[in-house]
Amino acid sequence: MNELLNLLKQNALETPENLAKLLGLSVDEVKQKIADYEKDGVIRAYQAVVNEEKLDASLVTTVIEVKVTPEIEGGFDRIADRISRFPEVESVYLMSGGFDLLLFIKGRTMHDAFRFVSETLATMPGVISTATHFMMKAYKQNGIVMHTGDDDERLKVSP
Amino acid sequence: MNDSKSLHSRIAKTVRDIPRSGIRDFFEIVSSREGVISLGIGEPDFVTPWHIREAASLALDRGVTSYTSNLGLLSLRRGISKYIEKKTGIYYNPEDEVLVTVGVSEGLDLAIRALIEPGDEVLYHEPSYVSYNPLIELAYGVAVAVETKKENDFRLTRAELEEQVTPKTKVLLLNYPNNPTGAALTKEDVEEIAAFAIERDLIVFTDEIYDELTYDREHFSIISVPGMKERTIYLHGFSKAWAMTGFRMGFTCAPPELTEAMMKIHQYSMLCAPVLSQEASIEALKHADEDIAYMKGEYKKRRNFIHSSLEEMGIPCIKPEGAFYAFADISKFGMTAKEFSLKLLDEQNVACVPGTAFGACGEGFIRCSYATGLEEIKEAMIRIARFIESL
Repeated sequence: MNELLNLLKQNALETPENLAKLLGLSVDEVKQKIADYEKDGVIRAYQAVVNEEKLDASLVTTVIEVKVTPEIEGGFDRIADRISRFPEVESVYLMSGGFDLLLFIKGRTMHDAFRFVSETLATMPGVISTATHFMMKAYKQNGIVMHTGDDDERLKVSP
Repeated sequence: MNDSKSLHSRIAKTVRDIPRSGIRDFFEIVSSREGVISLGIGEPDFVTPWHIREAASLALDRGVTSYTSNLGLLSLRRGISKYIEKKTGIYYNPEDEVLVTVGVSEGLDLAIRALIEPGDEVLYHEPSYVSYNPLIELAYGVAVAVETKKENDFRLTRAELEEQVTPKTKVLLLNYPNNPTGAALTKEDVEEIAAFAIERDLIVFTDEIYDELTYDREHFSIISVPGMKERTIYLHGFSKAWAMTGFRMGFTCAPPELTEAMMKIHQYSMLCAPVLSQEASIEALKHADEDIAYMKGEYKKRRNFIHSSLEEMGIPCIKPEGAFYAFADISKFGMTAKEFSLKLLDEQNVACVPGTAFGACGEGFIRCSYATGLEEIKEAMIRIARFIESL
């Protein structure tokens, strides 16, 4: 994968000056490439990876497996798009295997998730069945290990 | 005999005469401080890849806790043979030309002890890794340092070798990519040195532990030059490219007579390398390409960063071509390398190793290791810039 994108995926706040030094490019080249990625929709957004556990009122993440009936025209796209538009839905993936769509939704309480499933999702035309799981703990998210404070156990100076 | 003075006099003269390592002195000063960013570490900051650690713990679960053959597990030696053949085109018979050692350190010690008789001269280039000179002296050899120069990007040249070679010279010891300078040799450089070794009928020890960390071109090993395999002890190991320093795994590849000679010492002094480390190394070789490509890519970015940052703040530094060290020229600040390092540590809490730890000709330089997380390197560069502003 592209080195510049990799660096931005690790740290989207990295300055163009530092990126240029790391990659042996000029600052202008880096800025231009980033602008191109943004324009072409390769980079869709810049977000913070939040360790919810550290927050006083952390959100509940629910993972839902959904079986749907694909439509004659559009297959899964139309229903997936419809589901995606709900603000509480964080991610939607089309999967192979025993179900079709995998949803990640965020809510303040389990009840929020329950209401979304029972009132919104299950009643949606085309949805055949759902299976709901509550996420208990995030160990690693977007490539970032959630616990902090790993000590460097190496000697401070070595040959 | 409680008198410490008389105890001291009983220590072998050769050992007494070896000075304390400059690195150890510096390590003690750094260790006594809090909040230090260390660019003084000569080992990867990566943890050994997970599949390798798992192989080691699986071996432990299976109860693999015994001695192995003196040479090392045959399956590991086969793996090593394949790995070396793939990258150099040179085949070593795993039955009698490959010896598994406890790090390259032991491999080098074996090579020196197997070949050097009192008074034999060993040519090695400085600035160099700290153990070369003492290991030669401990074997009653004569260590002859050949100074490499910044204007040649610290590449060893045939002319420099010609100046120091004598009829007593028996061995030429090479280390490229180099610790501490980050220098690497081109194919032409290597061929020139090989021609010198053949003409002078020297044995070559080549420590290529950093060969996988060559950034801008393919590493070219001296064993690949026709006529060199027969006169070379090739030293390598798992520490750097696989981030396995603590496993202490190295190996030598050499003609059967030389391997047998080293094995004689190894079997009595070490018996064999630790079996769990050998098991881990078998696994390491299975996915060598992926593991190494990842780490090399990370080091390369840091190399670019540290080099351009140093240049930007007006500290000249050759662009390191290999290993993970930048050897920065601080001579213009009017301090010795040691003074500079101590003042930098004192005022900005950044540890770099004075170049003199790697030989007298390292005066005027500091070694900055980039085997440290990018965030720390960034902060270190900010602090060093602040430091030189204040001078």
